Amino acid sequence: MNNRQAYIVGTGHFVPSRILTNADLERMVDTSDEWITTRSGIKERHISEPSQATSDLSIEAARNAMDAAGWKPEDVQAVIVGTVTPDFVFPCTAAIIANSLGMPNIPCYDFEAGCTGFVYGLIQARALIVSETVDRILVIGGETLTRITNWKDRSSCVLFGDGAGAVAVSSQGPGGLLGGWHWGADGSFGSLLCQKAGGTREPLTHEGLDEGRNTIYMEGGEIFKNAVRAMRDSALFALEKEGITRADVDLLISHQANVRIIDATARALGLPSEKVFVNINKFGNTSSASIPIALDEVVRGGLVKPGMNIVLAAFGAGLTWGGMVLRWK
Amino acid sequence: MSLENRVTEIIVNKLGVKAEEVTPEAHFVTDLGADSLDQVELMMDFEDAFDLKISDEEAGKLQTVGAVIDFLKAKGISV
Repeated sequence: MNNRQAYIVGTGHFVPSRILTNADLERMVDTSDEWITTRSGIKERHISEPSQATSDLSIEAARNAMDAAGWKPEDVQAVIVGTVTPDFVFPCTAAIIANSLGMPNIPCYDFEAGCTGFVYGLIQARALIVSETVDRILVIGGETLTRITNWKDRSSCVLFGDGAGAVAVSSQGPGGLLGGWHWGADGSFGSLLCQKAGGTREPLTHEGLDEGRNTIYMEGGEIFKNAVRAMRDSALFALEKEGITRADVDLLISHQANVRIIDATARALGLPSEKVFVNINKFGNTSSASIPIALDEVVRGGLVKPGMNIVLAAFGAGLTWGGMVLRWK
Repeated sequence: MSLENRVTEIIVNKLGVKAEEVTPEAHFVTDLGADSLDQVELMMDFEDAFDLKISDEEAGKLQTVGAVIDFLKAKGISV
């Protein structure tokens, strides 16, 4: 066993400029700002233009992370992207991003772990660095969820937004050391949160399109319960693996799906609200992009100081879950 | 502590209502001001407190305090 470690040495995010407010949604479906705010904490979300796909958002996020890290394109040795809304089923979004950023011939792949995508990505990046497979890797969570949102479903269409976040991960610190982690999945709950049509199980047909079977389907109540417990357990297992306790946590950054889920998770972990980061009010649920966007806001906002312990916790379609401790050095 | 008192305590803690409002007839939504997510969180608190699973289908029928107490008794829970 070598002593190699992996560090986040740059963060970045990008969201499309167009904003959809709750007032805008009141004019589109039968809803209200009060209903949306009390049930989700969301006030507005960013929406991609028709010309903007997931790679377009991710390229800008990656540029920002590389600038923060002081990396040139030739420094990057791999690009991995967690997304449920890739530009295409194939080729992979990661290769499109790398090509645009001038990084020929390096390994690139996408992976799909729902809203847990970014945490899964960090766990992979850590493994690739510790195993001496790469020295510097870009990990991206990017989504254009509004492309697969059912705008006729008043309970779900208010929840989602578009955006991308990226981190530069290096074998050389200082930065956010990728510490203890936990990840898992339970496919028996797969039907609770899914896109029913458009895959090989149910190819998209004219009828399926008319019925919106290519859009996000979610059973909110059951998801809520599983989300809170899985994020609590992921955080606790990650802390245990790192050898620290919840008392050592300075900041929780959980997947931003719903402020009520975030609050319930924080309560389950016994963390006071001042140790819980929330930005869902501005972005809605951006799936795998939510944690890297939040992390970038925290870093650029000067909230991260050396010595801090940040715990990440995520949960998503699959069902999947994951957590990781970041020890800022 | 009786089952009724334990259930009342959980509801008071979650919804911030007064104990005297938590009568058997009290409806979570119309009388106690719960929304759909409050109800989910209440069911989670009952699951944790009494160490049982409440399915979504079962939870859908538990709209009043009395219905919850009857449900728990039927599951063999006394305290």
